[in-house]
Amino acid sequence: MALNLDDIKRIAHLARIQVSEQEAQATLSKLSGIIGLIEQMQAVDTTGIVPMSHSQDVTQRLRDDVVTSDNQRERFQSIAPATQDGLYLVPKVIE
Amino acid sequence: MINSSLKQLSTALAAKQVSSVELTQAYLDRIDALNPHINAYITLDPAKSLAQAQAADAKIAAGEAQPLTGIPLAQKDIFCANGWRTTCGSKMLETFIAPYDAHVISQFDAVGAVNLGKTNMDEFAMGSSNETSYFGGVKNPWDTTRVPGGSSGGSAAAVAARLCAAATGTDTGGSIRQPASLCGFTGLKPTYGLVSRFGMIAFASSLDQAGPMAKSAEDCAMMLNVMAGFDSRDSTSVQREKEDYTRGLAAMQADKPLQGLRIGLPKEYFADGLNAEVAKVIETAIAQYQALGAQIVEISLPNNNLSIPVYYVLAPAEASSNLSRYDGVRYGHRAADYTDLLDMYMKSRAEGFGAEVKRRILIGTYVLSAGYYDAYYLKAQQIRRLIAQDFTEAFKHCDVIMGPAAPSTAFKVGEKTNDPVAMYLEDLYTIAVNLAGLPGMSIPAGFVHTTEGKALPVGLQIIGNYFDEARMLNVGHAYQQVTDWHTRMPEGI
Repeated sequence: MALNLDDIKRIAHLARIQVSEQEAQATLSKLSGIIGLIEQMQAVDTTGIVPMSHSQDVTQRLRDDVVTSDNQRERFQSIAPATQDGLYLVPKVIE
Repeated sequence: MINSSLKQLSTALAAKQVSSVELTQAYLDRIDALNPHINAYITLDPAKSLAQAQAADAKIAAGEAQPLTGIPLAQKDIFCANGWRTTCGSKMLETFIAPYDAHVISQFDAVGAVNLGKTNMDEFAMGSSNETSYFGGVKNPWDTTRVPGGSSGGSAAAVAARLCAAATGTDTGGSIRQPASLCGFTGLKPTYGLVSRFGMIAFASSLDQAGPMAKSAEDCAMMLNVMAGFDSRDSTSVQREKEDYTRGLAAMQADKPLQGLRIGLPKEYFADGLNAEVAKVIETAIAQYQALGAQIVEISLPNNNLSIPVYYVLAPAEASSNLSRYDGVRYGHRAADYTDLLDMYMKSRAEGFGAEVKRRILIGTYVLSAGYYDAYYLKAQQIRRLIAQDFTEAFKHCDVIMGPAAPSTAFKVGEKTNDPVAMYLEDLYTIAVNLAGLPGMSIPAGFVHTTEGKALPVGLQIIGNYFDEARMLNVGHAYQQVTDWHTRMPEGI
């Protein structure tokens, strides 16, 4: 699958990373090399093979539905870029 | 003192020949003198380190010492440490002060080990040379024109230059073993799930695993004793009995201590792509193992060459998801100027991430995007099973697998920075181990001499079956009883 410049811009938008025209060009050549490497997989017949998502066959543990940690809002918000009245501040999203 | 084993340091501390404060200060002085040339540490906080050392001395005086009490260790900057700046090698986290401890950090705190500082690394652990760090590359102490490997390059250089007694690292595709090979020390990536990932900044969650980086197998065993263990805060932490990884190490007195051990040599590890001089060092090490009583079995890992393509689908896919949390809202870098929320996300991430991290997020986003999922992500997961099955088959015929940890010795700074694919091939012998979730280690096995008269270390990789770390450490230890590669230090160090 060959990539083009529009693909790079579309993917970058999906990933929420701003790219300039120049960066998109440079990214295109590097990403094409990597996609070429990945394409080696297509030569393998994987019919009927169960995908492996995890190296051990473990099941998700369950725990009692109880509070396990204290409220540390002030502590955690002290490292935030912008807060007010215990809330995280972002640009206005609703007019 | 700087070349002492952890056991020797522990004995000296217990016998009050040296205090933890003295030992910590000695390492801090060395760091002061050498770190400007090597750049192994990103963050130092001598007051904090010395306070820990003081507490350790009190613990020792009270007769409450454990094996690592008072020992100064370096922590890879991927582990959150309460009150310490934790950057993961990224501008995104340049000012991030961790508000809690990673499990690994709290385990070391609990035994009274000293945190000397946070070590440099490839940004978000994405790299094999430490050159993607926002805080500058790390120099290889054996030849400062060369890279230390990566991503745990700062920990690697700190161990090699004796800027710590031992260090921690993480290994997603080879990030402990490849730098261990390039910097000439012992590094172990445990079985997936053995060491908790809680508080360890996520790269590719189905592959990430923390492990020790130290001078010898014995030192690694002592470190692993502290690091390993169940933690309910990591959903993939494995529930099993605690082991003492040092238990078999003393019983190595016999003439042929490894009598009966079957070593599998995968023919794919000795094929094209392996440097001829590295191959010679590995062959000599294997011969040494035969002299120790081991028996050689030829095995095959037929899908090994597919491990790199598979990894470069799965790891970026997981990374693109994990790194979506850096949005400039709750912590981390936020752009100064933006027009709306979307613009804030896009600029913050464009400014906060470096080129390699962006590349991997983009690949991950692409392979997970609508219409491509089956062709890439699902296909990669299917081949991942084939790769894991190769090992299952191989371990029917052998107890451990050996081969090189890296295809060549340390390469020059800048040599591979413009060619991501060439850089990715560095991990040809390590990635399959992560995909299968197996434990792997690298031990110093000799040197290759450059035309400039430098000696560059070569690491022998030892791969074990699931949870077979104790055996692997014994196998490494037996070799280190009859060789002295692991005691060698770079010139001028």
